Amino acid sequence: MAVEAFGSAPRVKVAPWNDPVVRGWVFQIVVVGLVAALAWYLIGNTLDNLNRQKIASGFDYLGREAGFEIGDTMISYSPASTYARAIWVGILNTLRVAVLGIILSTILGTLVGIGRLSPNWLLSKICEWYVEAFRNVPLLLWLFLFYKLIVEAFPGPRQAISAFWNSVFLSNRGLYFPVPVADPIHKWMGVGLLAGIIGAIALHRWAKKRQEATGQPFPSISAGVVVVIGTPALVWFAGGAPTTMSWPALKGFNFEGGTVIQPEFTALLVGLVLYTSAFVAEIVRSGILALHKGQSEAAAALGLSRGQSMRLVLLPQALRVIVPPMTSQYLNITKNSSLAIAIGYPDLVASINVTINQTGQAIENILLIMAAYLSVSLSISAFMNWYNRRIALTER
Amino acid sequence: MRKVMMAATAGFVAVVLGTAGTAHAGKELDAIKARGQLLCGVGTGTAGFHLANTQGKWVGLNVDVCRAVSAAIFGDADKVKYVPLTAQQRFTALQSGEVDMLSNNTTWTLTRDTALGFDFTGVTYYDGQGFMVPKKLGVKSAKELNGATVCVAPGTTTELNLADYFRANKMTFKPVVIEKVDEIRAAFFSGRCDVYTTDASSLAATRAANVPAPLTVEDFVILPEIISKEPLGPVVRHGDSQFADIVRWALFAMVEAEEYGITSKNVDEMLKSDNPTIKRILGTTPGMGKALGVADNWVYQIIKQVGNYGESFDRNVGPGSPLKIARGQNALWTQGGLQYAPPIR
Repeated sequence: MAVEAFGSAPRVKVAPWNDPVVRGWVFQIVVVGLVAALAWYLIGNTLDNLNRQKIASGFDYLGREAGFEIGDTMISYSPASTYARAIWVGILNTLRVAVLGIILSTILGTLVGIGRLSPNWLLSKICEWYVEAFRNVPLLLWLFLFYKLIVEAFPGPRQAISAFWNSVFLSNRGLYFPVPVADPIHKWMGVGLLAGIIGAIALHRWAKKRQEATGQPFPSISAGVVVVIGTPALVWFAGGAPTTMSWPALKGFNFEGGTVIQPEFTALLVGLVLYTSAFVAEIVRSGILALHKGQSEAAAALGLSRGQSMRLVLLPQALRVIVPPMTSQYLNITKNSSLAIAIGYPDLVASINVTINQTGQAIENILLIMAAYLSVSLSISAFMNWYNRRIALTER
Repeated sequence: MRKVMMAATAGFVAVVLGTAGTAHAGKELDAIKARGQLLCGVGTGTAGFHLANTQGKWVGLNVDVCRAVSAAIFGDADKVKYVPLTAQQRFTALQSGEVDMLSNNTTWTLTRDTALGFDFTGVTYYDGQGFMVPKKLGVKSAKELNGATVCVAPGTTTELNLADYFRANKMTFKPVVIEKVDEIRAAFFSGRCDVYTTDASSLAATRAANVPAPLTVEDFVILPEIISKEPLGPVVRHGDSQFADIVRWALFAMVEAEEYGITSKNVDEMLKSDNPTIKRILGTTPGMGKALGVADNWVYQIIKQVGNYGESFDRNVGPGSPLKIARGQNALWTQGGLQYAPPIR
């Protein structure tokens, strides 16, 4: 073949400036050198400018006392904590809304996407309207709308709407509900939950293997639920079944005790989920429509119900089309969560912005925020790529 | 948020790419003169201090400081471009050169004067942080605010003082932190927070001008406690001491003029005065303007076009305005206040 003939041809002696290998190396070295020189110039120039304007630089500020309060924290934090911890609180808050947003919008988006394909006219039209309404209005406006709705529509804490025999309170300060008082057994219940989940997965695998071998079905889903809930419950009983609860009660300005879901968090989560679900729905719909009609007909011919054919035949194949664009949506949720600042949810951007303002060290903080979003986004991408390879069509 | 990040990014880019020329006095001033316009960073809207009126014209005490600086440099108080900045945008905007100076109720603190790379040139308004609550809460003192939810602007000394005050008094609070001042006020007036805290002057302005119907001014009270010192003044970047001097002395000139009874009404007659101090101030005895690097009639231009400090105060925040704030600490030193200008000589 021509290629082989070319490959095996004796090397012709050429001048070095005409040798493609030498040329290649020279160009590579020149480009790398230029990039390095540019980076060197930019960094040098930055430090020079900072020095000249006598603006402090370096990351020493991270260990200093932050001095500002944060309204919604998942870990203990006070104004006496450091800037580093304030930023960490922000990262956790961003992750909380992003993770919940990803889970909820996947579920809602899938349901809406399937709903749009339903033969039921009403259902499919409702889903269509939902998709069109949400994806054609900017997210920021939805966030403002939901925030205003919560803050304006619900009464103040002293006139809070109470439910379940005065144990749950809804007001413009958020949803207050009782939680168990912290007990050492809770840690072990967490371990139990983890063990339960691992057990349920093992059970599911065993059931699948047995069904493939013998054809005997096993109710692995309901059994799995029992295992997941049962294990921590057993641990709880073993720990003496502590039942002390912390009840929310009106005290002074606000409720104390129990725990609270704040309006800012609710507005942000609802906004993100409803907005992203519209896109997810379209991705799911396109994934299903990409399948040949023969697939659903074959499933029907086998006697599978509509639900079964969707779950066992259509969705697994549609996933191959769905997963890659879903990665973008998950990244979008994470990045869009930074709109939190408009409605006062203390996310990473909020923490960093205050830190920039109090320390004046914009460059360091912007590097930190870029590093944080980059790590989260790359982690999501890596996971989704792994999952995509796992479900890819295996060719033998 | 987008705007903050843009301002921050602009700052980032400016600091990274900006030319590393040697600093020399007058560099900023030369740029302003070449541009023919002063870029003055003001707030996004607080009645009496910096607010675009119904004709879209910026008015207020802080705006008058920008106008005075413009009058000193150009002989014309209107050669100013106002750049509205939120509390979070202002420092990056100044660091990056987006504005020449800030006159937007920025509190003078050690960190800002040093590590942020700024110089404060004086105090336009001696303020202190206060609390506003709805009257129906029945709160009489800030000491009763334990457990309250507090609306506050991010990136301000207010946010830090608030945390300090509650810590010092062994009380707790939950902050609601929103960047846009309109959104914070909306959150407070809708009942999301029990308390709104900011400088007492801005509280008065908010109470006078921003209470939404059907609520009225009478539904809100400002608590008696003032929990901090907030000397608010103009700010410039490090690097051009000549420009800093002009900003500093433009404000001093307004105070000095009030002390010597020079007003926008009588300034033309004052030109004929025999008083040597007034002659020096107004430039009939030349020398002062030259030393500062501006025209000798710089104070005349400021007073003629902007007015003295007392006139500006009365017109914007005092008896001649809806805010009706008393002079208090902002009275001249001769009347028991803190406004004291070094002599122009």
